[in-house]
Amino acid sequence: MTELSRIWRETEYRYNLIGYKCKNCNRTYFPPRDICPYCHRESIGKMEKFKLSGNGEIMSYSIVHESSSAFKRQVPYVMALIKLNEGPVITAQVVDCDPDDVEIGKKVHMAFRKIREDGKNGIIEYGYKFRIN
Amino acid sequence: MSGIVSYGSYIPIFRIKPEEIARIWGDEPEKMRDNLFIFSKSVPSPDEDVATISVEAARNALSRCDINPLDIGAIYVGSESHPYAVKPTGTIVAASIGMPLQYFAADYEFACKAGTAGMQNVKAMVDSNYIKYGMAIGADTSQGAPGDALEYTASAGGTAMIIGKEKVIAEINHTLSVSTDTPDFWRREGEPYPKHGERFTGEPGYFKHVIAAGKAMMEKMDTKSSDYDYAVFHQPNGKFPMRAAKMLNFTEEQYKTGLLTPYIGNTYSGSTMNGLSSILDESKPGDRILAVSFGSGAGSDAFDITVTDEMKDYKRNNAPTIKKMLEKVKYIDYGTYTKFRKIIITGDSVE
Repeated sequence: MTELSRIWRETEYRYNLIGYKCKNCNRTYFPPRDICPYCHRESIGKMEKFKLSGNGEIMSYSIVHESSSAFKRQVPYVMALIKLNEGPVITAQVVDCDPDDVEIGKKVHMAFRKIREDGKNGIIEYGYKFRIN
Repeated sequence: MSGIVSYGSYIPIFRIKPEEIARIWGDEPEKMRDNLFIFSKSVPSPDEDVATISVEAARNALSRCDINPLDIGAIYVGSESHPYAVKPTGTIVAASIGMPLQYFAADYEFACKAGTAGMQNVKAMVDSNYIKYGMAIGADTSQGAPGDALEYTASAGGTAMIIGKEKVIAEINHTLSVSTDTPDFWRREGEPYPKHGERFTGEPGYFKHVIAAGKAMMEKMDTKSSDYDYAVFHQPNGKFPMRAAKMLNFTEEQYKTGLLTPYIGNTYSGSTMNGLSSILDESKPGDRILAVSFGSGAGSDAFDITVTDEMKDYKRNNAPTIKKMLEKVKYIDYGTYTKFRKIIITGDSVE
């Protein structure tokens, strides 16, 4: 069974790309972290929630041909490293495109999609994916 | 007066043509296309459902206005294909747009008119000052059994409407409903596909209610068809709404902007609201709109709407218009369609 508590805990940032900003150095992080890896103890109490715009560009990507059973219907699909406009780099699926449409440097924006389903009667996990602009 | 403060729609990018469906089932493609007046229908990808469509529509609506989601006091999602039988779609949408803890929420079902029923409910709550703004969504990933005529039209898409009293872009002058107990179409609990009561589909179902609601609205508002710049009717196929328009004395010029089924199919709870969204995409201050939805079982909701001066400053281009969503499409074959819609039997290697 999928970890319900993990899904519930991650809902806010997976739905809305909520990261953290270090108020000491102004660096932005996603996923959220409690301490800034640059400012260390000086960031304690200064990490604040920060809503990312959902806009970015493809830094690198891979076309997935061999997937787990949960993603078989989407093969071949594109997983990309996406550099968000605010700085953080995240790994996410790029949807609504043919693998040939994908290029490094292409601008993308966030989409809301199903991430996976826990079988036929389990919880459905939702979150961010990306679309080419 | 309360009315639409913002709106947004979402239609999946994938399309299948009636010729491709007819090729599999041995139907005459021209006959199916012409009888239903449909050139393609939208298909959700495997990672899309009513929750994802509703969220995309809601975010598009919010991107066009300056409303703080914390001021949205109610959310109602109308659909007959909610992802869960028990667990609301509305709360998923609310969480995805940052609504507060205290809000009214429920999922509605009244076949294809659950979304417009949500609009009526939200309007009533705004009018009675229970809430400042409310969101009503009509969305579906509708089911059509393989080989059934419905397979040519049952599609996916949805629209979100934010209703309030401030910065109203389209005033809702009046709304009314007609309802009867009619066995024209149903889906039993646990069944994957609906059934239609053949002879009840047309006259006793669709036309009786759409025409009655349209006439009742014009009688109540003391208007005639020529008083409206646009009209939109529920669109189970391309032909029914054209016939309904003719019966109510509306011209092609008045209904063509809201007629989307020929290009995207029947989006069920999204159908009338998508058509209204398409009209709002091009309307200008002073334009008057008649919108009449229909839900099997059966009933119709009618709306008399006037576009206001606020439309001049409204940021329509902050989100994709319906026209844009009709332009950017990817056609798929029937095999891909069955894979996307999970209508083929698979082994353990596919969930």
